Order: sequence, then C-alpha cells, then structure tokens
Amino acid sequence: MSMILLAEQVLNGLQLGVMLFVMAAGLTLVFGVMGLINLAHGSLFMIGAFAAAAVAGATGSFLLALIAALSAAAAVGALVEVVVIRRLYDRDHLDQVLATFALILIFSEGTRWIFGSFPLFLNIPPYLAGPVTLPGGIEYPLYRLTLITIGLSIAAALFWLINRTRLGIQIRAGENDREMIAALGVDISKLYTIVFALGAALAGLAGALVGAIQSVQVGMGEPVLILAFVVIVIGGIGSIKGALIAAILVGLTDTLGGVLLPALFKQFMEASAATSIGSSLASMAIYILMAVVLIWRPTGLFGARA
Amino acid sequence: MKLKALALASCMAALTAPVAAEGLKVGMITTLSGGGAGLGIDVRDGFMLAVSQADRKDIEVVIEDDQRKPDIAVQLADKMIQSEKVDVLTGIIWSNLAMAVVPAAVAQGKFYLSPNAGPSVLAGKGCNPNYFNVAWQNDNLHEAGGAYANTADYKNSFILAPNYPAGQDALTGYKRMYEGELAGELFTKLGQTDYASEIAQIRASGADSVYFFLPGGMGISFLKQYADSGLDIPVVGPAFSFDQGILQAVGDAALGVVNTSQWNKDIDNATNAQFVKTFQEAYGRLPSLYASQGFDTANLLMSAMDVADVSDADAFRTALQAADFDSTRGDFKFGSNNHPVQDIYVREVIKEGDIFTNKIIGTALSDHADVYAADCKF
Repeated sequence: MSMILLAEQVLNGLQLGVMLFVMAAGLTLVFGVMGLINLAHGSLFMIGAFAAAAVAGATGSFLLALIAALSAAAAVGALVEVVVIRRLYDRDHLDQVLATFALILIFSEGTRWIFGSFPLFLNIPPYLAGPVTLPGGIEYPLYRLTLITIGLSIAAALFWLINRTRLGIQIRAGENDREMIAALGVDISKLYTIVFALGAALAGLAGALVGAIQSVQVGMGEPVLILAFVVIVIGGIGSIKGALIAAILVGLTDTLGGVLLPALFKQFMEASAATSIGSSLASMAIYILMAVVLIWRPTGLFGARA
Repeated sequence: MKLKALALASCMAALTAPVAAEGLKVGMITTLSGGGAGLGIDVRDGFMLAVSQADRKDIEVVIEDDQRKPDIAVQLADKMIQSEKVDVLTGIIWSNLAMAVVPAAVAQGKFYLSPNAGPSVLAGKGCNPNYFNVAWQNDNLHEAGGAYANTADYKNSFILAPNYPAGQDALTGYKRMYEGELAGELFTKLGQTDYASEIAQIRASGADSVYFFLPGGMGISFLKQYADSGLDIPVVGPAFSFDQGILQAVGDAALGVVNTSQWNKDIDNATNAQFVKTFQEAYGRLPSLYASQGFDTANLLMSAMDVADVSDADAFRTALQAADFDSTRGDFKFGSNNHPVQDIYVREVIKEGDIFTNKIIGTALSDHADVYAADCKF
C-alpha cells in the first residue's frame, strides 16, 4: 500500500467526517437541548439537495443553489417545529420516533409528488471541478477539498456561536435545565424554533453539498441519518465538540476500514474470499467502534448524561 | 339475518368480480414508491401502454406497490391470488423480492412473467414451467461486459459491485467471459453513496479498464465522482447504470461510456419504432429498457391469450413458450428454462439535443442463453 494512496484515503475519511459533522451537529443540538429524537433530520438533508438541484437547474448558479438549500431547509424546519415537533417535547421518545417517522414518509412522498420519481441532476460548478495536485504528488478532487474547508469553517462558527454568543449561552442553559431558563424569562419556544431551524439549515446545506457528487433522489437522507445517529451517540448527546471528533473518527474508520481490512485479510487468505470477508467486516467497523466507545464511556466521548 | 348476510355477500361479490368471466386477470406487484420507484413505474407504464394499444376487453390488470420490501410483496401476492383471484402475476423488479414471491406463486399453479429480475436460482435448479422471464437472467448483461472487454482488448480490469447476491452474480458473470487479468476486485456496501476510497484504489491499481455494477443511485454517485477524480481509464457497466431514467441525473459524466443492454431505442424494427414513438406521446419521456421489458411482457401475455385460454394451463404454457409476439428487441425466443435467448448489444452514451441517451455501437453476444439452463429440469 503506497503512502500516496493512504494519504488520499485519510483525506477521503476526513471529508466524509466533516460532512457527517454538519449533518450531526443539528441532530445533537436538537437532541441535547430539547430532548427530541428527530428521525426526520434525513428528510431535511433531502430537501436541501432537491432545493439546490431545482435552483441550480433554473439559474445555473451553484452559490444560489446553496443559499436556496439553506433557506428551504431552515424554513421547512421552522414550519415543522411549530406545527408538529412542538407538541412532542413532553411526550416520551417512542411517540417522538413515531411522529418523526411519519414525517419521513410524508416528506419522501411529497418530494416525489413535486419532483417525480427519477433522480435529479446537480453537478459541481465548473470552477470547483477536476483534481488538483497536492504536495507529495497526491491528485485530489478540488471539490472534496472545498467540502473539508467548508465543514471545518462551519465547525469553527458553531463553536463560536455556542461558546461566545448570547444564543449560545441560552442553548447551553437549555441543555442543563429548561424549566430554569424559562423561569429566567427566556422565550423558550422561540429558542427551540431557532435551534431546530439552525439544525435543519445545516442538514439542508450538507444535502446540497453532498448532492453535487451523489445522486439527488427520494430517500437519500436515510442512510446518512443512521451514520449521524452513530456520530452523536459516540460523541455524546448534545456535545458539538463530541460530534466533531466522533464524525471524523467515524469518517476515518469507515474509509480506512474499507481499504485496510481487505488488504489485511489478503495477507493470509485467497484474494476473493479476503475481499468478501474484508468488505463485510469493513461495513461493521463503525458499529464496532460505537460499541467499544459505549463500553468504555457509556455516555459517549463528551456526553454529560446517558 | 342469514338472508341479509347472503344478499350482502352476493352484492359484494358482484362488486368485486365484474363481467370478465372469460377474461384474464393480471396481478402486477412492482415498486412504485421509495428510492427504486423509477424502475417500477417504467415497467408499469410499458406494460399498460401495450395493454391499452391492444384495446382488449378480456384483460384486467390489478397494480400494487411493493415498496421494495419482500414482506410486503409476499402479502400482496397472497392477496392477489386469494381474494383478487388473478391468473397471472408479474411486475417484480428486485431479485430478492422475486425469490420471496415467485416459488410460492407458481407452486399454486399461477403463471409468473418476470419483466425484470432474473435470479440464477429460478433459471437453474429452482426453475418452474410456469415461470417465464421476459427480460434476462441476471448474469447476462455482465457476461456481455466481459465479452466486450475481450474485443476491446482490455487486459487488466478493475471490477466492483455491491456486496449482495446480484452483485456477486454480476462479477461472476463478467469473469465467466473475460479472459484478461484482474487489477482488483471490490465489493462495496449496498446503497453506498461515496466512492472516493474505491476510486483511489482504482487509481493506485494500474488497471486499464473498470467494470462496475452499481444500479440506480449508486451508479449516479460513482460516475459523477469518477469523472471529477481526473481518472481517464475507460469504464464499462451494464445498462442498469445508464438507463433513460438516470442518465439525465449523471449528465456529462456519462458521456461516451460504454454499457451493455439487450434493448435500445434505436434497434431497427417496426415494433420498436412504434413503441418508442407511442411511449413518448403517452408519457412525455423517452422509454428505458425497463419500459421495453414491461411492454414485451404484456405483448407476450396477450399473444398467448390469442391462442389459448388461461384455464387450460398446459395449452396456455405452450402458447407462452412459443413467444409468438413482435418484441421490441426483434427476435425473441425462450430457451429450455423459459429464459430469453437473445442478442446483447454494446451501447454508448451520447447526447441528442439536450437529452442524454444511448446508441448501439456493436453486438457483444449473439443468441445468448444463460449457463443455468443445464441445471433446469421441468
């Protein structure tokens, strides 16, 4: 295994990780602040991608598409919070799972109703297309480098928001004791709507960014949702720092596991059996990681509560 | 009370079983919602186009959505057989759903005409005289891929497919025909959307060609990412990643890519020309290979209805085996295991105006049957 290939795979893992972080950040905030399990987070990812594809198709501008994805997902998020989610805060997790699962079905079939059953086209803008040569002779797609940069900038912005702003203080306080901050005169329902819309906007942005190199189709959010849940469980529920570290950990484990495990088995096995066993183990790798972390730290890496 | 119930029951019976006593009832179980809905919709539309063009009074079609879930497909099949009393079942897209439904349905004496899935078991040891496949056996297009690689003089292929039965069949099919060396062989996760790691391995492997089987959205993701990676090794795949429904979503990344298919819209015969024209008029889009398979399935069924009544199962079966209908593929006949013996073409993705579509550039395999027929003993 050459060093160039390994370095390229580390970059791939990092890129997957930061995109997972953008997706998981909203999920962990909503879970941490409001105690709500939101299965429909993947639908917001899909809405972002579809809004971006529609706007990019109409205007040809990728930047406008990203703005559309952000605002469409934020608007849908705020609407859903006011109409449905708000009624679920006092219910137990089972009711929340049931209601948000219903939202997945409604969003999926609604999207099909509007956009049809065939995948939409959304492509990388020409100025970000193609590979660049990095130091060491690694050829790496410029777009993926851009994704890494955007993801890390969003992480930095979120840290600033949570740790340095008034809204951040309210969010942190809401995580600890929601009755108390309501008693102190903070409009808790407005805070919840803002947090939910923020999480939705980030999911929508991730959908649009990732949609450009994947397939924009109904149901695209669900596989990502599962990974995002793995991330927030490993990172500790409610912790942005935990989500970032866990996302990068999951991204690297998933990518490097897929490359290294089959190669490892090839050392002492016949090639096609090694490929088959290695690939199967690699798809389990992140769940094994999750199990190990939970045995070691039952509340996740940075979780305050179980 | 008893009388009332009886009257009610007969009313219900009158409502649910309309006039067509002599006719034939078809149950179509296909995928109309969820991620794979495009395929089911195309099969349904192709099938219904043929039915409406024939303008027959003696055929009734019941359509249900299986949501791509085997358990739902099984429930629907039971319902169609027991309460709808269908004579013929059709429509299933996915091999795992077909495996769940077909053996039980044919065991109850129903006919099953497959417009898409062709798992190897149903072509070989598990074949049944009442099961007809109008599309292909799963390995066929991949075998054609391997045959094309030989003629294109590829010596060092990198091959990849999802880690599930149809994916393993695909790579087996390719290797059955391909005579060169393998630069690498990879199984990806089913439903995987990011192929950066695989593309990096292809780059490092020194391959002279890539063969991939990644149906639907997986193929869209792979092709877009492959085009953006700067790799220029030729890519070959089966038609499933280049059908009319998804080509527009892949865009320029698919242009010039070679793929294998048993059908294309430019196959030169009157039936096909008429099919492509009327499909566009009826639905406002170009037909895909799935639509052509649905269309052929309906025409095969109706050709048998012209000769025999479905209540006479032996005569109806013989009429189906004769395959006396005008296929969009031109020549069409069944092998000894009721699977097609047909030509498989090599196509190239081109752009016609603003629309991405395929053009036939050669024939990979002529009169090709599947290898499992030898294991099939009726």
